[in-house]
Amino acid sequence: MRSATIRVDDAQLRRRKLLGTVMLGVFVAATLSALGVLAILVGDTIRDGAGWLDWNFIQDLPSRRPDRAGIWPALVGTIWIMILTAAFTFPVGVGAAIYLEEFGGRGRLSRIIEINISNLAGVPSIVYGLLGLAVFVELAGMGPSVLAGALTMTLLVLPVVIIASREAIRAVPDSLRQASLGLGATRLQTVWSHVLPAAMPGILTGTILALSRAIGETAPLIVVGAATYITFTPDGPGDRFTVLPMQIFDWISRPQADFHAIAAAGIIVLLILLLTMNLAAIMLRNYFRKNQNW
Amino acid sequence: MSVVPQLTGHGLDADLESAPTIIEARGVNIYYGDFLAFRDANLKVPEHKITALIGPSGSGKSTLLRSFNRMNDLVPAARVEGQILFRGENLYDQGIDPVAVRRTIGMVFQKPNPFPKSIYDNVAWGAKINGYKGNMDELVERSLRSAALWDEVKDKLKSSGLSLSGGQQQRLCIARCIAVQPEVILMDEPCSALDPIATLRIEDLMRELSENYTIMIVTHNMQQAARVSDLTAFMTMGEGRAGELVEVGPTRELFTSPKDPRTEDYITGRVG
Repeated sequence: MRSATIRVDDAQLRRRKLLGTVMLGVFVAATLSALGVLAILVGDTIRDGAGWLDWNFIQDLPSRRPDRAGIWPALVGTIWIMILTAAFTFPVGVGAAIYLEEFGGRGRLSRIIEINISNLAGVPSIVYGLLGLAVFVELAGMGPSVLAGALTMTLLVLPVVIIASREAIRAVPDSLRQASLGLGATRLQTVWSHVLPAAMPGILTGTILALSRAIGETAPLIVVGAATYITFTPDGPGDRFTVLPMQIFDWISRPQADFHAIAAAGIIVLLILLLTMNLAAIMLRNYFRKNQNW
Repeated sequence: MSVVPQLTGHGLDADLESAPTIIEARGVNIYYGDFLAFRDANLKVPEHKITALIGPSGSGKSTLLRSFNRMNDLVPAARVEGQILFRGENLYDQGIDPVAVRRTIGMVFQKPNPFPKSIYDNVAWGAKINGYKGNMDELVERSLRSAALWDEVKDKLKSSGLSLSGGQQQRLCIARCIAVQPEVILMDEPCSALDPIATLRIEDLMRELSENYTIMIVTHNMQQAARVSDLTAFMTMGEGRAGELVEVGPTRELFTSPKDPRTEDYITGRVG
């Protein structure tokens, strides 16, 4: 008798299962549409630009003749900006996160700081550009230099790095802190020897992802005064510079079709740089996680 | 089931009375913000003995234990009134550094929490930060031997502390604590995450350690308190949900002839 009740044709059950199947289809479609758009974009870019992408294109200076134009100054400029921004952002961002999570307490001041950092993360990048122009370029007299650009970028990514680092520090289990403090360690020893190493994968991932967002930013650097056409590479933080997105923008805005094609080649270079950075983030995370499982 | 847990016959009462007091709580009230979590604790802890804190959930066992090495300082809004004297010195005096307190009064936690480092570094780290200048290899070996773990790990000191079993991890945490050379070891339900065999090993270890260290243990396992401790303090949740000490006495006495009816109800299993 019992098996009969299990086999009985149940309309309500069939409806539920049908709903499950339909929803699964919707979710797959959502995923595929995102991937599809990306594939079309990348495919289109590669078709346009791959033919122009060779070693000369990487190594050459910009030129009025598309077949001789290269991306070298922009690539060097981007790398300069990245390295300096990382060097400024990492210690300041992680330091602020450590203070807020481990020492700042839970008072009203901390809450105000916390809300404002979240707000800063949402400020349009052009506003940071204006700030950089006023403070670094004009007030501090740096001019439209690599240093001014990097400091402006630092302001832009700092809130994101602080938020990501705080999340990573907060995710470190309290039992680890208690173990350390229970042995007679100071707060600082605890943070330095246990909390930071445990949070490092998350901090590095957040920092690198923030930097790779900054790599594509153009607006603040336009305001700061990055050049669109320079035929030299910056040799130091005080030199003028341009970056990949600005070079790409310059080429796209020219009438000749060949320049549009080398703009596509420039985008490929930018994408490769981005993917390399994301890959580095994943590898660093895996490296630091090897020894941790709680 | 037998009403009174089996007693194994250590902790002679005369011996207990002659032992000097190492820690004494005098009129200790513990607050979390406005909430009174423990009321008027008075307790004398004998040196080189094992003192067990027992009582039902919510009776403030861990709260009281953590006030003995100022781990409660880490909880925002936690506050201790009254005095906790260590060799006559109040741990809550203005000039006392909680970091120094915790070096002298170590702690083993409920869930084994080794550092995600090698077994060797787990033991060596605490000693190193506290300025230990002697032979580190020798200290690590001695600490691991004291924690009855040396034979199991001597060939893999470089592997992660997290690769050990739960019971081994807890003994590693005990070794780590011993390496700092504390005088008192607080244990907050050290066996609650362990299986019965690992539990018995830790209990044996506690008996051995009590030769050289004063041990305070929180346990919700009455058999464990009866098996391992010399002195037992029974506490319960009193008025306004505040924990309070009901009865303190030599373990044998408290389990065989409790003076307070609430103690009797608890140890005979009628409540809690």
